[in-house]
Amino acid sequence: MKINFQEINLLLQKFRANPYKIFPVLTPHTGYLREFKVKEGDEVLGPSGKWLEKPGTPLFVLERERNLKLIRAQTSGIVQNLKVDLLQKFVEANELILEIKHPLSQEEIIGEILLSALYVIYAEETARFIFTPEIAQRLEKYGLRKAEVWGGEDLLIMTFMKREHFLKLHQEGRFIIYQVYFKPFELVSKGSPLVALCPKEDLPILERIVERIKEEWPV
Amino acid sequence: MKIELHKNLKDLLSLAEYIRDIKGEEFAKIGEIYLQLKKVYENFYDHQEEEIIAIIQEGKKQLEEILIKADQTLTPYEIVKIVRHPQRFTLLDILENVYDSYMELGGDGELNIDPAMVCAKAMLIRRVGDDFYVHQVMVIGHEKGAGEEYRRGGSATPWGNEKALRYMKMAETEGIPIHFFIFTPGAYPIEDYPGAAQQIARNLYHMAKLSIPMISFISEGGSGGAEAIGLADLRLMAEKGYYSVISPEGAAAIVAKLKDTRPPRELVEKMARALKLTAKDNLELGVIDRIIPEPPLGARKNSYEFFKRLKIELIKATDEVILKTRGFKTLTKHALAKQVTDNFSYYVDWELSEDEREILIELRYEKYRKMTQWAVIMPRGLSYTLKEKGENLLRIVGNEIKYRVLKSGQKTVKRLIDNILSESSLLLKPVSDPVKSVYNLIVGKKVRPKLPGMAEEETVFFPSPLGLEDRTVTCPQAEKFGCPDLWIPDLYGEFCGVCPYCGYHFFLDYQWYLQNLFDPGTLKFFDEEIVSTNPLNFEGHSEKLKQDRIRTGLNSAFLSFTAKIGGISVVCGMLVADFRQGTVGAAEGEKIIRAIQLAKISRRPFIMIIHSTGGIRIQEGTVGVVQMPRCTMAVRDYVDAGGLYLVIYDNNSYAGPVASFLGSAPYQFALKSTRLGFAGPRVIHETTGQPPPPDYHSAENALRRGHIQGIWDRRELRKKLFHALLTMGGKNLYYR
Repeated sequence: MKINFQEINLLLQKFRANPYKIFPVLTPHTGYLREFKVKEGDEVLGPSGKWLEKPGTPLFVLERERNLKLIRAQTSGIVQNLKVDLLQKFVEANELILEIKHPLSQEEIIGEILLSALYVIYAEETARFIFTPEIAQRLEKYGLRKAEVWGGEDLLIMTFMKREHFLKLHQEGRFIIYQVYFKPFELVSKGSPLVALCPKEDLPILERIVERIKEEWPV
Repeated sequence: MKIELHKNLKDLLSLAEYIRDIKGEEFAKIGEIYLQLKKVYENFYDHQEEEIIAIIQEGKKQLEEILIKADQTLTPYEIVKIVRHPQRFTLLDILENVYDSYMELGGDGELNIDPAMVCAKAMLIRRVGDDFYVHQVMVIGHEKGAGEEYRRGGSATPWGNEKALRYMKMAETEGIPIHFFIFTPGAYPIEDYPGAAQQIARNLYHMAKLSIPMISFISEGGSGGAEAIGLADLRLMAEKGYYSVISPEGAAAIVAKLKDTRPPRELVEKMARALKLTAKDNLELGVIDRIIPEPPLGARKNSYEFFKRLKIELIKATDEVILKTRGFKTLTKHALAKQVTDNFSYYVDWELSEDEREILIELRYEKYRKMTQWAVIMPRGLSYTLKEKGENLLRIVGNEIKYRVLKSGQKTVKRLIDNILSESSLLLKPVSDPVKSVYNLIVGKKVRPKLPGMAEEETVFFPSPLGLEDRTVTCPQAEKFGCPDLWIPDLYGEFCGVCPYCGYHFFLDYQWYLQNLFDPGTLKFFDEEIVSTNPLNFEGHSEKLKQDRIRTGLNSAFLSFTAKIGGISVVCGMLVADFRQGTVGAAEGEKIIRAIQLAKISRRPFIMIIHSTGGIRIQEGTVGVVQMPRCTMAVRDYVDAGGLYLVIYDNNSYAGPVASFLGSAPYQFALKSTRLGFAGPRVIHETTGQPPPPDYHSAENALRRGHIQGIWDRRELRKKLFHALLTMGGKNLYYR
């Protein structure tokens, strides 16, 4: 397996041209658009707090059957494309009311690049995961982004209610453990990323790319 | 010589620092004096010996004058500062200086179940002339630790309070008195098993009937945390101690409705005055028995004269409690009153006989029953008392005849007949079986008797007044579960305030429960004329009470009534959110005790429905706090007599009530909408430094932690209650 640097370049160009993600805010159901709580260009915040317990910024009020429903922002960013003309009018469900232009952070861009470029192993089912003793030892000795794994090696142990299952690395070649997304013995839900591996020969180039992103998109 | 001078100067410096911390830098130029002494102390070896002697003498004279002046102008908030000061004496100082020998149990220092709760077996030597008598006592108390972080300032964890209970039981087994020392700003507000509130409730429940003398000494009495080891036969308090329902800072934050900011200093000082938390105030309120004098500006770690006095007072207090259980000891009682030195003129054996133990518990019940009754407006007078006593006497006599004489006689006869029948049936079986088969064939098989059940009734819910609006509402869980909007008349009528899609329980008014839980026309309210008052004259509280009385038509937050559920007679109590957020004060406490007593004498199950409770009413200070032991004692008495006590929680059920008469119930259930716990999220964040998760107090988590026995759906509440009465009560429904 080799990293497709052309694809990464395209992705980077896309981020450079437009380092934003646009989140459309749609009406959840029909009703009258009674009030806007934001103006064009306002900065809004999504849910926050350790458990996302603090709700996002109020955006607009939608009324149906005298039920005034406050619609809040689900992500942070700048308000744009506000449909002022819809104010006090009846709107259908799924109608665009505004957009939130969410500036991608350095972390988000690196995350996207890594997920598209590296070989990522995902959790096949909800279970607890640990590295095999050999890999864990290697990780402890050499550390992240230095420890190597070989194709065909047992990489992880999936454990759940005393049932253990070894997960092999099915790719040919030598890899570096670039990123670990789980904590040993913590429950990981199905489909979540577990480990990102980088082909050994591509590591210097990938690191240069990451460094460049860090320079281009300061925190 | 110079070493001694160095030590003297250090003591003087720490005294100056202490006065400065309590009274502020401006007071009698103490800031300047402190800096001067500090300078001399830092350059000690640059000065001549004579020079230092002169400085010490002058400083001593100056500080003594300031100390007396400072003591005369002490404010309640400065008393709070004294209690919290690291130079204040702690429990370990008492163990070292008051008791003649001690051994810490259940841990030592940091290696402990809970370093904030110290338990020790100690010895006290009483000198009578040339003779010495050794008394053994169990010492249980909070250790503030003078700056030791792991002691958490004396905030006991739930397992710390459980440790205290364990050693209380051990003392009871050994028949030795317990001396409690309360040095806590409050219990550590975590819900992990055994639970902050639930463990305090358990402690109170057991302490109510511990058959050994218990003496408590309060230096820092922070609400529920203090009560966990505070239910005693005699309550002593340090002259410069405080005993309060809440810290002045907490009260200020509530009064000013602040969430994340610190309350202003002036408001905190005002609250300290308003809460009447000093020893003198508490003695006047009747919640403590005696004040132990302290040196000017409070006793510190080296106040040896104070420790000597404390030892005499502790022996005298224990003697007093014991002598009260004994009859003809007039001379000893007289000698006790006159005793001022540590050379005692009399000796009292601290071991109680079985009879004396019973008297001790009776006296304890009497003491707490009378406490704070002055703070309640209730019908008094000869005719009312005679009427009430007459009714109760009739009930007692009637029930004694019905349940003890007739029912027990009936039971004995029934058991006898059953025995004879079962014996004879075995003998006659070979003969009777063929006959029975033929009989069944001809007549048809006998139908087995059914279990008693609620009559099949059509479920018609009386709508709540909240449903008189023609509009829809959104379920708060709509985003998660995709619930459609709900039409209000449907929601508060047919749906019983429950989202039919996800089961989310909306808030419902208390009238809904009264209309829908009980058999129609069976509700009979009593004690409605008992009125909540403002015993501390807390500013603005009388007006708020008046407003609530007019708005709700209620005289207090507690409704007591008799009713029937599916034909089963019950006595009920309900704390309602509409009146001061369901908080408990003296009036509510009195009503709760009277309702439990009625349930006891009429031999009915007692059901407590918590529409909502915000805890103890802070505006009533310690008058409110002592409702915790008072009501728990009533619960204990009722359960011991054979009663069935059920608690149903809903909405917010927090703090003092949960940590006493609710948490001590053997059967506790919660509706899905319940938030159950000890302290609210703000207090937890402030104390632990971590914000609790949003669902920290949910009914699901309470069940997970083992605080409750089950979660019920509001739509099935009537049926569940009936079922609970039958299964929990069974044939013992009207007493075991």
